[in-house]
Amino acid sequence: MTDFLQLLFSGMATGAIYGLAALGFTLLWQASGTINFAQGEFVMLPAFMMLAFMSMGAPLLVSFGLSALVAVVVLGWVFKRGIVDPLFKYGMMPIVVATIGLSISMRSVIRAGYSAEASPFPSLFADKLYNIAGVTITLADVGTFVLAIALVFATQAFMTKTVTGRAMQAVAQNTESASVLGINVPRMIFYAFAINAVLAVAAALLVTPTYLAKFDMGESLGNKAFFAAIIGGFNNSRGALLGGLIVGICENLAAAYISPAYKDAVALVIFMVVILFKPQGLLGKKEERKV
Amino acid sequence: MKKFSLIAWLVAGAILLIAPPFLKNYGIYLLSYWMVFVIATMGLNLTVGYAGQKSLGHAAFFGIGAYVVALMMKAGLSFWLGLPVAAAICFVVGIILGFPALRVQTIYLAFATLGFNTAVWLVMRNEEWLTGGTFGINNIARPSLFGYSLESNLAYYYFVLGATVVMGLLLMGLLRSPWGKAFTALRDNPIRAESLGINTRAYTLLSFAIGAAYAGIAGGLLASLVQFIEPAPFAVGSSIMMYLMVVVGGPGYFLGPVLGAAVGVVLPEWLRFAQAWYLFVFGSAVVLLMIWLPDGLLSIPDRIRAKKQAKEASAARALSAKSMGAQA
Repeated sequence: MTDFLQLLFSGMATGAIYGLAALGFTLLWQASGTINFAQGEFVMLPAFMMLAFMSMGAPLLVSFGLSALVAVVVLGWVFKRGIVDPLFKYGMMPIVVATIGLSISMRSVIRAGYSAEASPFPSLFADKLYNIAGVTITLADVGTFVLAIALVFATQAFMTKTVTGRAMQAVAQNTESASVLGINVPRMIFYAFAINAVLAVAAALLVTPTYLAKFDMGESLGNKAFFAAIIGGFNNSRGALLGGLIVGICENLAAAYISPAYKDAVALVIFMVVILFKPQGLLGKKEERKV
Repeated sequence: MKKFSLIAWLVAGAILLIAPPFLKNYGIYLLSYWMVFVIATMGLNLTVGYAGQKSLGHAAFFGIGAYVVALMMKAGLSFWLGLPVAAAICFVVGIILGFPALRVQTIYLAFATLGFNTAVWLVMRNEEWLTGGTFGINNIARPSLFGYSLESNLAYYYFVLGATVVMGLLLMGLLRSPWGKAFTALRDNPIRAESLGINTRAYTLLSFAIGAAYAGIAGGLLASLVQFIEPAPFAVGSSIMMYLMVVVGGPGYFLGPVLGAAVGVVLPEWLRFAQAWYLFVFGSAVVLLMIWLPDGLLSIPDRIRAKKQAKEASAARALSAKSMGAQA
């Protein structure tokens, strides 16, 4: 039982990070109908950005802030203007292919230009252990979980409670009537890309201490985040968190009780089951087919 | 135009027939490797380019084909039995993979197939008793045909070339048949296709199954070409590469895979000087290509033609405006 709880808790921390990355997917999808296949690399690159700022002597949190700024410009504005805007009119697949190309070049620029080795990354949290009823929990696990959840709920609150957030939702639901109502549509869409970029930097800050900074760390993270987003419901932000937690926990339990070799297949199996019975995801709404 | 394309075909065919004996062994090997990918991506082009199903799991079938042929040959069975069995197994698995496609579309399907690829790859890597795990299967023999040994690289090249031509002709026949028209109808507007009486479910499954069978045959040829197989070339990255090859060449163009596979297989050899930066160059090229030519390289002639027509139309309009001005 204590083993089980132990696995459950560490799975929750991983799952919250998956949820955080998945939230970026659902945001871009809702705001602009864009699927970003480079989402994992959007987490990988800020990790190296932060390492670069830290090697110049900036403390962890300062380099986090600087990286977030750079990310908003590069992963938000440049990405939107350079790739999404020109391709938008051709439908979804050219964007998918372009972001696949982008993920390949982001990955290889780090491998070729920096290093193929994994680099250590400082943790936000002290190396401390808690022992509650026989279950050992690290401060990093708790902190990661709490911060990730807080970020998801903060984003959710921003979307539903603030005027800007509501305007963004209006754009997502009906672009034309939103612009009739005087909402600056391109700006709202840019906000979504900017938030996605900041969430990616936050995910990098939380995930890299355990997984180390490596050129290909985005590959599995991006995949799991996507599976998590679909499991929870692609058009629902809370769904992303739910999906992330489900994937993280199940993966941890499967690695311990079934087989560590097939750990990476867990997200896939849940995903398959969910889309076969509820293609719109656990919390998602059905979308109409257009002729 | 017709005459020109006939000459182009003859020249290309002659080069492929005559040039290889003058090449070094590695060049011959590379050309054979390219042909194998042409067969595989021809299948993917049917699924993606003609039928419009977003499949990112093609390398799984490629791998299944390779492992089936390799394992059957290790069990003492003939290559000539292995190849059709590999194609048949891939056909059946393709139908099974097609079922999620009946429920989910576009990007969901892309990820479902990608997940399928991961699962197949995990089995190849972890089930050592069957696949040898990461050590792979080595010393795969090359077959002989009508008593001629295909052991030498050159002989095997001509065999792969022949296979590519046969598979190409089969695909061309399929695309010209009513079936082929049904596939494109499915891609262009699934709901209208359905209302025209096309059984969209059956054609969706068929497009996966036939595409998979092509990949299976390509995989079988690869096993005997490389004579050593391991899980790495059949991972998700390889599927994505094949998808890019189809899109870069031009999805829905018959010769798209020929060009796309050349970009994906032969071009890297020329980009050797870029070494570690090659993938960066490749990835960035894909992004730029998408922005400039979202329909692939083979859409260039169509674009030029469309531009020309637009020009002629505006010239005609100007002319008629002028003549009307003269009348008034």
